[in-house]
Amino acid sequence: MLMTMFYLIVLFMVNLLLFMLGLVIYKRSYKDREKNSPFECGFDPSICTRSPFSMRFFLLAVIFLIFDVEIIMLMPLTMNIMNSNTHWPLTSSMIFLIILLMGLFHEWNQGSLNWMK
Amino acid sequence: MIIELLSGIISFICALVAVAFFTLLERKGLGYFQIRKGPNKVGLMGLPQPMADAVKLFSKELIKPTLINIFPFLICPFMSLFLSLLLWLLYNNYFVCSMGGLSLLLFLCISSLSVYSVMGAGWFSNSKYALLGSVRAVAQSISYEVSMSLILMSCLILSGSINLSVIMNYQLFIWIVFVNFFMLIMWFVSCVAETHRAPFDFAEGESELVSGFNIEYGGIGFAVLFMAEYSSILFMSVLVVSLFFGGLLYISFYGMLFYLMIGFVSFLFIWVRASYPRYRYDLLMYLIWKSYLPSVLSILMFLVMLVYFLNI
Repeated sequence: MLMTMFYLIVLFMVNLLLFMLGLVIYKRSYKDREKNSPFECGFDPSICTRSPFSMRFFLLAVIFLIFDVEIIMLMPLTMNIMNSNTHWPLTSSMIFLIILLMGLFHEWNQGSLNWMK
Repeated sequence: MIIELLSGIISFICALVAVAFFTLLERKGLGYFQIRKGPNKVGLMGLPQPMADAVKLFSKELIKPTLINIFPFLICPFMSLFLSLLLWLLYNNYFVCSMGGLSLLLFLCISSLSVYSVMGAGWFSNSKYALLGSVRAVAQSISYEVSMSLILMSCLILSGSINLSVIMNYQLFIWIVFVNFFMLIMWFVSCVAETHRAPFDFAEGESELVSGFNIEYGGIGFAVLFMAEYSSILFMSVLVVSLFFGGLLYISFYGMLFYLMIGFVSFLFIWVRASYPRYRYDLLMYLIWKSYLPSVLSILMFLVMLVYFLNI
């Protein structure tokens, strides 16, 4: 634990050092209204830049959330399956994986994995 | 304890040096793939080229556009470098006492945290191209994280541990790749997609989004984002070798083979970049959700059966 803290501090120092280096040696330059505006191809960038994005990405994030939770629940299986004498790790993990696979096929069937209509 | 601390610091520094020379390897490699010479003017055969590049990039102008949120905008690249250098604590070599215990859980945590730095870099730039690029990059990363962690789990089930050095020692007599060959291929493709590399570099598709989430960055910010990306590529290739081609590092023949294989796998990232045209975004999403995920889950079921009944 102490070692980890040391490593974290060292890594933080390395990053800080790079940051300082960058702040010290960068090329000074004049400021300009056009130069400091966001990069867009010739348009006037006064319109709201944080525009709403497609619903697909949101749905994708929701599906990812479910699968991520499932990965966390499957993680203890990796150490249990080898060292067990009972059949419970096998049975429970099989049921879990089959439900998952069925869920994935259900999502597929309902069309929430389709990127384009 | 001093020795452990020193070895940790040295492995961070060596990772940074490796990143520098990996960029040289990439430029040279891409040069020879296109039948031209790469950088060969600086010093002896262009070998000090990465140092010159670093000096150039660090001394470039640090542009602060008016619309950005200045503090998080400057922090995000450093957060990304911090996370991808933190991964090198798990680096399992002859000299360093790596973090034992739950090292692959730590890998999963860190690699999922690094999504936030990409998201922040895009969002706080307050530019349309940057936002679109970061949304794409985040969607791609989180989708491939699912398949990556499931493939990782297949190796963990076969060796019965989540400690990286135990997994490597477990493969003393036979490599996991002989059981798990298709998983290796899927793992490599997932790694390429996870690090936003060339056939899947939708975060920075030059033709549509000029450079993706790092477009507003200049100078040190861009250099640090770049270093973080290459450091994670190198760590991914270390992980490919130690998960699928493990062995006892104390055996001197294997010790050499380990590093040669790491070099080859990291060269493979460049080779793929030189060989394939860019994929399509919806096909990329179909590839993970409709092809990799069902097959990985099925193979995982098979492996659980295999481990349980054959008791390997």
